[in-house]
Amino acid sequence: MTSPNDTDAATHIQAPTLETRPAQEASAAKIAIRNLDFFYGDNRALKAINLDFPERQVTGMIGPSGCGKSTLLRCLNRMYDLYPGQRATGEAMMDGVNIIDPSVDLNALRSRIGMVFQKPTPFPMTIYDNIAFGVKLHEKLSKAQMDERVEWSLSRAALWEEVKDRLATPAGGLSGGQQQRLCIARSIAVRPEVILFDEPTSALDPISTLKVEELIDELKQDFTIAIVTHNMQQAARCADRVAFFYLGEMVEVGTAAQMFTAPRELRTQQYITGRFS
Amino acid sequence: MSTTMNAPARHARSGPSKDMAVSLALGRRRKRRDRIMLWLALAATAIGLAFLVSILATLLWRGTQALSLEVFTDVTRPPGSEGGLANAIVGTLIQTALGTLIGAPIGLLVGTYLAEYAQGSRLGNAVRFVSDILLSAPSILIGLFVYQLLVLPFRGFSGIAGAVALAVIVIPIVVRTTEDMLQLIPNTLREATFALGAPKWKMILLVCYPAVRPGLITGVLLAVARIAGETAPLLFTSLGNLNWSTDLTKAMSSLPVTIYAYAGSPYSDWIALAWTGALLITVGVLFINIIARFALRQR
Repeated sequence: MTSPNDTDAATHIQAPTLETRPAQEASAAKIAIRNLDFFYGDNRALKAINLDFPERQVTGMIGPSGCGKSTLLRCLNRMYDLYPGQRATGEAMMDGVNIIDPSVDLNALRSRIGMVFQKPTPFPMTIYDNIAFGVKLHEKLSKAQMDERVEWSLSRAALWEEVKDRLATPAGGLSGGQQQRLCIARSIAVRPEVILFDEPTSALDPISTLKVEELIDELKQDFTIAIVTHNMQQAARCADRVAFFYLGEMVEVGTAAQMFTAPRELRTQQYITGRFS
Repeated sequence: MSTTMNAPARHARSGPSKDMAVSLALGRRRKRRDRIMLWLALAATAIGLAFLVSILATLLWRGTQALSLEVFTDVTRPPGSEGGLANAIVGTLIQTALGTLIGAPIGLLVGTYLAEYAQGSRLGNAVRFVSDILLSAPSILIGLFVYQLLVLPFRGFSGIAGAVALAVIVIPIVVRTTEDMLQLIPNTLREATFALGAPKWKMILLVCYPAVRPGLITGVLLAVARIAGETAPLLFTSLGNLNWSTDLTKAMSSLPVTIYAYAGSPYSDWIALAWTGALLITVGVLFINIIARFALRQR
């Protein structure tokens, strides 16, 4: 988070400095993973992973089921901490702090690294409260500031026009695609630095999928994004860089164009041409 | 190419004639069994319904005979003189309400512990086991337990002892419904809450409880319906009181205990009042059940 006594959130929302920064600086690694291992009990699910997530870029992670890509995503916001027997070793450096370290404050970390899940997970409350819920956890805002934040995040998630007249209705009444954009808005509202997408469109229809993809493209101006996807076209469309995972190893990483046209590794080539899945 | 296309077709032409005859006979046998099963199920349903209808009809017929305004305004009186059930009705309302107020929060918290904190832990399994035993414990045992705990030491029957006995019945019911309901919540909802940086207690209080609110309410209402008609736990605790009393430290009247006393008496006016009391409880419990269903349907 930024300074804790930064109460004037409204001015912060616009964050004009973010968009005017030079491009070279933007490609510095926001999160740098070094020699990361992950264990489900005794089962080593990730093997010595090294991967950079460049700032304000979309890093796509592809690979067959069980290859460890979602596991890696769940390392970044320490979701595995919920489950006894799961542990990670190694480094995942963000701004000079190893976020894998057990002493890291999880709630603060998760306010900096948001996550959008495979299935939409609206909370059993109104649309407005869904957005306000996360914000209230980390900031004290006045009613007017909160209204502004809700509008801002819903607008960023391309949902404001559709729901502005029914903010006080239960979020469960939205369509699946709208619910997923609500979840994206909910993550943005906390103003994280990184957003993790875990197969965000696999439960959505093609039109909703398109909207979410456009959204991801839009969001990378301000946020560092990591997306796990089973859909290789999606990876090609959304991601600046793509990493291919296989059996717990990171086989190859490169720009999307390079990965899908001239992969260096045979396994990558076989996977993207559908030789195995 | 052509051979592979033809092979299954030829097979299909020569094969079926014999299989068809077998399957026709098999189909007839299956249909017959199906019909027998259907009739058995219908017969069982009819028998069950017959008992229920007979009980309700008798209750309605005999319960309405002594039903009058005095039942609600006048207290219980000696046989031969006019009297009502006002003290019993109020006693039941007080003890049921108090029993629920004591038992439901405890049950809710224990159920929350089991579902949210004690997954697979040894203590959790032990608590769940004990709670399930309590769920099926004879209610007279619970009455005797509270008699030892709250009646003997204070040398007197009391409304509070009755309420505590009822609370002991409420707890395991609410524990079970709460745990079951919380377990219906998909884990993704919990992860999504944590992913925003929420602490666990906020996740439970602000996301999980609202997600299953109708179910939690239903569990409590079912417990209320259950204790409203309990007699055995009250016999040794609040005992019953022939006079008007809302003093929780004194013996307190209740509908089930009054019914128990009146129905076993030789006096016809008492017996008639017992039927009326039974009708009142039944209607009350029916009403609570309807509310519970309504609450569950509103999602």
